[in-house]
Amino acid sequence: MTTVDTTHELDHHDEGSYLTPKYGAMGTVWDWMTTVDHKKIGVMYLFAVLFMFFLGGVAALAVRLELLEPVRIAADGSITGQLFGGDGEAIATGNQVYNRLFTLHGAIMVFMFIVPSVPASLGNFFLPLMLGAKDVAFPRLNLFSWYIYVSGSIFGIASIVLGGVDTGWTFYTPYSTTTDADHWRVLLMVLAAFVLGFSSILTGLNFIVTTHKLRAPGMGWFDMPLFIWAIYATSIIQVLATPVIGITLLLLIFERLFKVGIFDPGLGGDPVLYQHFFWFYSHPVVYVMILPGMGIISELLSVHCRKQIFGYRAIAFSSLGIAAVSFIVWGHHMFTAMGELASTIFSALTFLVAIPTAIKVFNWIATLYKGSIAINTPMLYALSFLFLFSIGGLTGLPLGALATDLHLHDSYFVVAHFHYVMMGGTVIAFIGGIHHWWPKMFGRMYNEKAGMLGCVLVFIGFNLTFMTQFFLGTQGMPRRYASYVDEFQFLHSLSTYGSWFLLAGFLTHLFNFIHSLVAGPKAPPNPWGGLTVEWETESPPIEHNFHHEVLVKHGPYDFDTVVPPHCDERDFPLPPQDQVRAH
Amino acid sequence: MATIDANKPDLPAAGAKSHPLYWKNRGFAHHFRNADEQFDACKLGMWLFLTTEVLLFAGIFCAYAIFRMLYPEAWTAGSHHLDWRFGGLNTIVLLISSWTVASGVRSAQLGNNAALIRNLLITLVCAALFVFIKLYFEYIPKLSMGKAPGTFFSYPYAHDPHEPLWWSVYYIGTGIHALHVFIGAGLLTWVLVRAIKYEAYGPTEYTMVETSALYWHLVDLVWIFLFPLLYLIH
Repeated sequence: MTTVDTTHELDHHDEGSYLTPKYGAMGTVWDWMTTVDHKKIGVMYLFAVLFMFFLGGVAALAVRLELLEPVRIAADGSITGQLFGGDGEAIATGNQVYNRLFTLHGAIMVFMFIVPSVPASLGNFFLPLMLGAKDVAFPRLNLFSWYIYVSGSIFGIASIVLGGVDTGWTFYTPYSTTTDADHWRVLLMVLAAFVLGFSSILTGLNFIVTTHKLRAPGMGWFDMPLFIWAIYATSIIQVLATPVIGITLLLLIFERLFKVGIFDPGLGGDPVLYQHFFWFYSHPVVYVMILPGMGIISELLSVHCRKQIFGYRAIAFSSLGIAAVSFIVWGHHMFTAMGELASTIFSALTFLVAIPTAIKVFNWIATLYKGSIAINTPMLYALSFLFLFSIGGLTGLPLGALATDLHLHDSYFVVAHFHYVMMGGTVIAFIGGIHHWWPKMFGRMYNEKAGMLGCVLVFIGFNLTFMTQFFLGTQGMPRRYASYVDEFQFLHSLSTYGSWFLLAGFLTHLFNFIHSLVAGPKAPPNPWGGLTVEWETESPPIEHNFHHEVLVKHGPYDFDTVVPPHCDERDFPLPPQDQVRAH
Repeated sequence: MATIDANKPDLPAAGAKSHPLYWKNRGFAHHFRNADEQFDACKLGMWLFLTTEVLLFAGIFCAYAIFRMLYPEAWTAGSHHLDWRFGGLNTIVLLISSWTVASGVRSAQLGNNAALIRNLLITLVCAALFVFIKLYFEYIPKLSMGKAPGTFFSYPYAHDPHEPLWWSVYYIGTGIHALHVFIGAGLLTWVLVRAIKYEAYGPTEYTMVETSALYWHLVDLVWIFLFPLLYLIH
């Protein structure tokens, strides 16, 4: 930190928005590429992860397209074979194309989209703002981790361009160490995941230190918005779990390059050890994916129904509880590879996750009770989250129970459960959060009707796509197959039609956002009447975030007693004070 | 933060003191409220990073434990090939370097730049010595005899069919540790250069010395675990 700055008392009154270009065209590009401003880095992350979401989504649509018909393999090759592998491909080639597509979908969505999605974009932008800080603790490290993310993604995309990988996103050994022996594709993809891990670690580390050290005066731990609690719990998992995947993937790379034998049964190594290592990271990391989404939902529900969040401490501690439990449940990914005792213990521990999760859901529902619920896009997304995430969470229980898992494992039931939690949970919350904070980030309002239309399309499409897969799974449709018996066709085709609805919904949002950037009405500083600190500054925020040093005088959800900053009391009236109960 | 007051008049004030990196001219980044807060943040950040490093090595130690449990004979036989005297010598070298780097932090806190430079130099010499012993007396002779990891293993007198796995764990563990020696030495070299050129560290500004020293202690710590587990189990 070499900056000499003795002007901490300075008011930043004459400062423009962080988006205002100060230099010429090339200068502005250079300014963004070298910026240490957490807001700009957050925006760059936002566009990067949304691009990855698009790439992974294309692969998903192709997978669904392939599954529209039960008979994948006509003599002239598969549907996706024709699209991606050329005409006249042999049967095996058609299968390989399918395997590559679902691997690309999984690897891109997990490593390049959903893990960095909320924390790196919205988290980067709003964590310092919500804490009343001027930046994250280590701004240059923040930029560095963005570049690491980009380099990792380039490795991943290079692997795809060179022909793709068909190992599944989990890279299970020994297949991943022996396949594709004379090419670099698997190695590149594994290297991509390894490099992306560093980005994740550094972002998490930065956020933990920022939360500890840079809270505005007056903001104690229990005055923090719940989004911060969620990001904080996420960061702990990122810092503690990601190094383990680092060494795992490094060993996998050594295994491929030097045949060290750690995971090779031929030399006495153990492929199941790889799975233990892998899931010791990758199970906690599903909470890295969902926890920030839960944080967004706490904000959305409270602000858009103008009510004090119910059970603040319960929600805050349940985030930490989920983070703690996440580290002791990895074995449920290997029930068939462990002894009875170990499986039983892991099964029991897995059920523990349901407790803090249910605490959150019940508190959210209690928050809605007697609130003045606004029907707008963020609220519709928050309500969608409650439906979809509850289904996703509850269907996890039969998978955690040994007896039912025996029937359901490796079937479409798992696929549906996972997507209900990850897409119905995280992605839904992410899009809801983008709508909620869009005016703050870019200073423009989006079109509310178009936003709600998009949300309805996504909700219908999502359920059509994945509800059907629960039924397919219970009837015995295994995951990761390109063809199936004719009886499954009705449900499979419904699922594929659903994916088109999803596409329509996302495109609606995309056009809405573009329209907003080009021609949207200017956003007021606090369009929703929020009480968290980020609404005190302008939309978009000035370069140093706040005009004055922030002093926090009220809680983040005191809607009963505080008129929101920049808001007229007529727009956001307080309830009669004799009806306000103590919380 | 040290309790020494930077404004005390008896502190040394030698050299060309106009450079912004000279420790008395150092401020703190604009998003911190004061220098103490910045120092605490940096230190917390480094401790968190060290946690991730410990977890990284935990994977290797875990693999070590599992394969030692599965193939105890291979581990005993493999450990026989390691000379505890070289391992012990390297342990002493690293312990000395840990002491000198800690003294370096103390020197910076006291504003004794010459002592800081001296301590850092000894630390770096120790780092080089460690790598030299590792390479010249251990890696190179062993590799030339075919005691190599995995499928590259070609030593004809192996006692146990799983010895290649032992060598894999040995080379991966010590190799990644050696990589950390290089990274730590790189950090300390950077500190050294800035200490020599700008007298960049003093009682009010020694964040970089302290965090680099913390990293170096980790390098030492990991070796403290690797040494007995690899060299002293037969």
